Amino acid sequence: MTDASASERQESGTARYVRQLFTRNISAKIAATPMIVTVLVIFIGCTLWTIYYSFTNSRLLPTGTFVGLDQYTRLFGTSRWNVSVWNLIWYGVFSLSFTLVIGFLLAVLMDQKIRFESAFRTIMLYPFALSFIVTGLVWQWIMNPTLGLQGTMRNLGFDWFTFDWIARSDMVIYALLIAGLWQGTGFMMVLMLAGLRGVDEEIWKASRVDGIPTWRTYLFIVLPMMRGVLVTAVVLAGSGIVRLYDLVVALTRGGPGISSEVPAKYVYDYMFTAGNIGQGLAASTMMLLTVMIIIIPWAYLEFGGRGKKS
Amino acid sequence: MKRFAVAASVAAALMSTTAVSAANLEVTHWWTSAGEAAAVAEFARVFEEETGHTWVDGALAGSGTGANPVIISRIIGGNPMGATQMNTGRDAEELIQAGLMRDLTDIADEMGIRDFYVDESLLEPCTYEGRIYCFPVNIHSWDWLWLSTAAYEEIGEPVPTNWDEYVASWPALQDAGILPFGLATGWPISGVPGVLMAGIGGSDLVLAINRDKDVEAVRGEDFRRVAEALDALRSVVSPDMMVPAFGDVGNQLLEGTAAGNIHGDWLQGDLQIAGGVPGEDYECLPGLGLNDQLTGGGDSFYFPVLPDGTDPEVIEAQTELARLLISPDAQLAFNLVKGSMPIRTDIDLSSANACMQKAIPLLDNGLLPSGDFSLSSDTQQQLQDLSIEFIDNDNISVDDYIERYASIIESAD
Repeated sequence: MTDASASERQESGTARYVRQLFTRNISAKIAATPMIVTVLVIFIGCTLWTIYYSFTNSRLLPTGTFVGLDQYTRLFGTSRWNVSVWNLIWYGVFSLSFTLVIGFLLAVLMDQKIRFESAFRTIMLYPFALSFIVTGLVWQWIMNPTLGLQGTMRNLGFDWFTFDWIARSDMVIYALLIAGLWQGTGFMMVLMLAGLRGVDEEIWKASRVDGIPTWRTYLFIVLPMMRGVLVTAVVLAGSGIVRLYDLVVALTRGGPGISSEVPAKYVYDYMFTAGNIGQGLAASTMMLLTVMIIIIPWAYLEFGGRGKKS
Repeated sequence: MKRFAVAASVAAALMSTTAVSAANLEVTHWWTSAGEAAAVAEFARVFEEETGHTWVDGALAGSGTGANPVIISRIIGGNPMGATQMNTGRDAEELIQAGLMRDLTDIADEMGIRDFYVDESLLEPCTYEGRIYCFPVNIHSWDWLWLSTAAYEEIGEPVPTNWDEYVASWPALQDAGILPFGLATGWPISGVPGVLMAGIGGSDLVLAINRDKDVEAVRGEDFRRVAEALDALRSVVSPDMMVPAFGDVGNQLLEGTAAGNIHGDWLQGDLQIAGGVPGEDYECLPGLGLNDQLTGGGDSFYFPVLPDGTDPEVIEAQTELARLLISPDAQLAFNLVKGSMPIRTDIDLSSANACMQKAIPLLDNGLLPSGDFSLSSDTQQQLQDLSIEFIDNDNISVDDYIERYASIIESAD
């Protein structure tokens, strides 16, 4: 008897849950509908479309027939793609670590109650106001061996001066890195500075009372407290890295040779110049897969244990 | 589509109040370098003078790699222009097959174009199931070796008359601090292997590889000599000496800081704008001075099918432009400035410059199919990637190059 009443209660509970799913907060749900439709159709729908057509032999128009993994076999047999992937990995590792470290250091320096702080902040943030195209063009001139820094220094009599990374296949990726860091670090600094300012002043007082050196307070107390800001910074920097395209186009056009090619440029060139949608979509699916491999474990750690944590 | 319809209806509304009926026709093209822009202005001038319609110029930057995607996506996306230039070749193949391009067969029959086109093979890329969908307006050829008179004066040697003499002059040029071969970054290298193939390998090799896609020909002795020539070329080309655009190479040639360059004949438009006189400031060797046939490519005009409800005036303007582009007057005016060969045999080219005069007799030997003609854009892109990589990376041996070229040709369509 108790069993029956329990299951009855359970049933009515389920029914109530279903009813409430539609009626409770009805206005909020209506307001969210356009966003839900956008996500389903544009993000998820187009992603599925992309993945499907990467298994076809479509050329200029998406009309091809199913060819299995042919596009992927070709993709990984293409030296340009393989070079692109390695370039992205190198650029990504260096770019992510340097932007975070330099951004944090600059923010700490900025946090020392210095004079003209807002002026410095503006100067550091200014490069971020420039697009990657402008950044790329500026650095293209600076790093041009005959016209830029190297040429100027040599004309001034410093014959030993060499700075020709942009023209050297083995160094060009670091030339990209310089331009990328110049553009992006200021923004990281501002983010980190906001995080630092968000730490309660009482913490500082307490650590001072305990006689903890400032650098230890920053590293072991303040930094862990900035977890939210750090996650935001990593996600922003990471997404900027994966879609790296315009900087390369403006700075090196993938050269010298193919030594600074990146996956996004491969996708664009094969979809639009070569008119091979199948190949372009296979490449972009691989980019998606890379992002998923990074995002899913992180999302699992971040949100998976939510019930337990809070 | 909407924007075009609005423009057309606004134009129609304006026109209906005036006695003269005329339409605005948007024409897209990527003729943006100094010489090219001057040439396309000739088309616009003749069109406006003779028909009374207005040429709305839609110049797009970025050539085949930047502008072509814009043109294609506008047509696919349902926002077609009135007319557009594209390279003669297979880039628009699928657009024609999808029925997005206007059928020009009636105009072609009425004008009897097969009688005056210099080479029927030019019309092949425009033909689909026996109907004609585009009109080639000029013949361009990559097969030119440009040489700087100033550079050879400086080293006190006569200007070479063929590729072999040119290669032999490299050490002397390098001793004098002159770049043997000027090169711009990016796509300009992509045409060079084809030129070497036609010049050093000969007509049979071009036909075997480009037309028949014969893999054994790629692995053969003739192609090896082509690959070795490219190998020699990369030894005198270094990335820190490359210039941003092909027009800059023209300046290097005129100044004498670079001695030679392989580039298509459209370089000549820029040389002339910069004040160069053929035979005095620069020399030109069609077919590298070795072959008596040229590979032919060029530009064609396409007329997209306009959406329903378009003002008939605009469609009429399309028809008139199509007729006019291949008429003798426009052909002469355009090609003299552009530095390309006209597609008609029946016009007087005595006013053409010395370099064009050299090419006229070669046209009588028939055109060889260029990569643009016979290879899909996908295959061309792969070959371009390979060439760019090979020129820069000395670790790729000649054997690797041949093998990779062969595997691309093997899968070519």
